[in-house]
Amino acid sequence: MSIADVVASVCLVAGCFLCLTAGLGLIRFPDVLNRMHAATKPQVLGVLLVMTGAVIRLAGQPIVWMLVLVGVFQLLTAPVSAHMVSRIAYRRRHVRRDLLLVDELGKPADPLPSRPHPEHPEGDPDVDEPADGPDATPRTTS
Amino acid sequence: MTTVVPLVCFALLGVGAVLILARLAMGPSLLDRVVATDALLVTIACGIAVYCAVYEDISLEPVLLVVALLAFVGSVSVARYIGGMLVAAGDPATRGGDADLSGRPDARSGEPL
Repeated sequence: MSIADVVASVCLVAGCFLCLTAGLGLIRFPDVLNRMHAATKPQVLGVLLVMTGAVIRLAGQPIVWMLVLVGVFQLLTAPVSAHMVSRIAYRRRHVRRDLLLVDELGKPADPLPSRPHPEHPEGDPDVDEPADGPDATPRTTS
Repeated sequence: MTTVVPLVCFALLGVGAVLILARLAMGPSLLDRVVATDALLVTIACGIAVYCAVYEDISLEPVLLVVALLAFVGSVSVARYIGGMLVAAGDPATRGGDADLSGRPDARSGEPL
């Protein structure tokens, strides 16, 4: 059992352990965004660890490029799918709002007369004002 | 290498897959099931890669690529489908002023989530 085998074994076991943590997090966490946080650990790091272990183990075989392709593809597609799922989750109110510390997207949902400081002294006004402006206009008319 | 490592790896993957399947079965909304399906496909891909690596069998590696592609296509298409339902329902969730703190789908919209 050489050094490469030991390194490959450690990578494989670490990646599989991340899959176990994804299962535990999916069971225990309260809402969709928290579960996504747990489930994306094996999507990137776990897959990369397992592919690294498999590449070390299968080095010299002609089909190793496919493992590299799987790792690159996970790196490209995991942010896209996570972004889409989390955006829909926020809009469908699958988010536990009482567990959020900062909810930057939720500020226009407040009724307009009760907003305390329209200029937001701690935030960047260049970023904040265009986000508030077009969304507040149909709310007052409806 | 071929005795202890696959035992440990498949035990970890198996327990993780059972927990993910439990969330897939009892997830309160469709998006929970989407996330669980994504994690389950990743677990399957890790299992195939572990099998290929441990037994030095390269016959399953195209299946690995297909599973990795399928996870992306599945989650994105279901997310787009729910977004289409959101638009078709007149966007009630983003327009409503009351905050639903339960994390459950809206009871007003009456959609089969």
